[in-house]
Amino acid sequence: MKCESLVSINDFSKEEIMELLEKARSFEENPNRKVLEGKVVATLFFEPSTRTRLSFETAVNRLGGRIIGFSDAATSSSSKGESLKDTIMMVSNYVDLIIMRHHLEGAARYASEVSSVPIINAGDGANQHPTQTMLDLYSIYKTQGTLENLNITMVGDLKYGRTVHSLLQAMSHFNPTFHFVAPDELKMPQEYKIFCEDHNIPYYEHSDFSEEVINQADILYMTRVQRERFTDLMEYERVKDVYILHNSMLANSKPNLRVLHPLPRVNEIAYDVDSNPKAYYFQQAKNGLFARQAIICKVLGIDVE
Amino acid sequence: MSTIKKELAVAALENGTVIDRIPSEQLFKVVSMLKLDTLGNSITIGNNLHSGKIGKKGIVKVADYFFRDEEINKIALIAPDATINVIRDYKVVEKYNITLHDTLRGIIRCNNPKCVSNNEPMDTVFHVTSRQPLEVTCRYCNRTITANKIEIC
Repeated sequence: MKCESLVSINDFSKEEIMELLEKARSFEENPNRKVLEGKVVATLFFEPSTRTRLSFETAVNRLGGRIIGFSDAATSSSSKGESLKDTIMMVSNYVDLIIMRHHLEGAARYASEVSSVPIINAGDGANQHPTQTMLDLYSIYKTQGTLENLNITMVGDLKYGRTVHSLLQAMSHFNPTFHFVAPDELKMPQEYKIFCEDHNIPYYEHSDFSEEVINQADILYMTRVQRERFTDLMEYERVKDVYILHNSMLANSKPNLRVLHPLPRVNEIAYDVDSNPKAYYFQQAKNGLFARQAIICKVLGIDVE
Repeated sequence: MSTIKKELAVAALENGTVIDRIPSEQLFKVVSMLKLDTLGNSITIGNNLHSGKIGKKGIVKVADYFFRDEEINKIALIAPDATINVIRDYKVVEKYNITLHDTLRGIIRCNNPKCVSNNEPMDTVFHVTSRQPLEVTCRYCNRTITANKIEIC
């Protein structure tokens, strides 16, 4: 198998996504396998992200690999003005794989062009975060038994939310129906609606977060409505409590419905939802470990049974 | 009358390249895009000449120089109707329209300030994602830029 970088979820075909989901399932059954024994992995976090870094580092540790890296650009040579290219060229001399997060959009694509070892993109600004998308797909697949023909309802900040954009694109292989629930200022951007039209994917837009919308959903994908995204603070005050999920709103939802959220949440999911068996966001985060183990093995060309 | 003049002008070049039918307002951008200001060859530039097809046009004649495809095709971004005449021994031996390549390297500046290409010492790379109307997409940040917003490096 050849080694290749993972920069965008669009780098994977439908078949590759399905294969990764099966691999993730197998890692969930047995997460401790020493297939990375003797290998060194760099986690280069030019921008801090504790959650993502810990998930990756746990994945590498459970696979028996060793880790070098930094968790903040302030502790790396980029604070001395070293270019990204030079940092990547230097680190790729030492390791078998680079996992990187960077605030600049396209940083991972560029790194993959200059690196002699595979790159996994752990988030590049507002652009891509493909392992988050894989864990979202795995969570959907696991809870619904399939990815085909599902009703996916996305709620909150659909304009700036990188996770919803990537999920939308990845789901396009699987004949979904989308419902977009967002305030006017944070509506799904035109380019993604055109993407849906080009792929014959039906979508419906709502500004009301109503039970009617919830009751037809298979997946309710919640995101955070952030104050700093609004140009008009009056508008923020008006809508900030509109896109909050309360347990009572799930009373007549489908039995197979699961509530997903990329985390961290602030107040968009009330705490009374947590004890509802349909709340899935914490297991979703746990699934990230298995999805990342599957991706690490794929980019390194390690075949696991 | 103007046709005769043009033919005379073209014929006056013994060997070299004539870039014809450049929209007048783009002429000097074409000159700088092709880096003609750094070329030592003799160059004749005419502007606001009459053109039956595009109204006013610009024309550039470069003696003893023959452009490589990747060099010349980038002007398709701002002068899509330009034609190239290759002159050898006072004769037009080749005449062709320029074509825009699918991938443009180091030509367009990305208008996303957070794009890595604006923050690292590197060439930009754009893919032509639509030709009519013209749209290009940044290989790095995936930003799509429409024809009227394209900025040359």
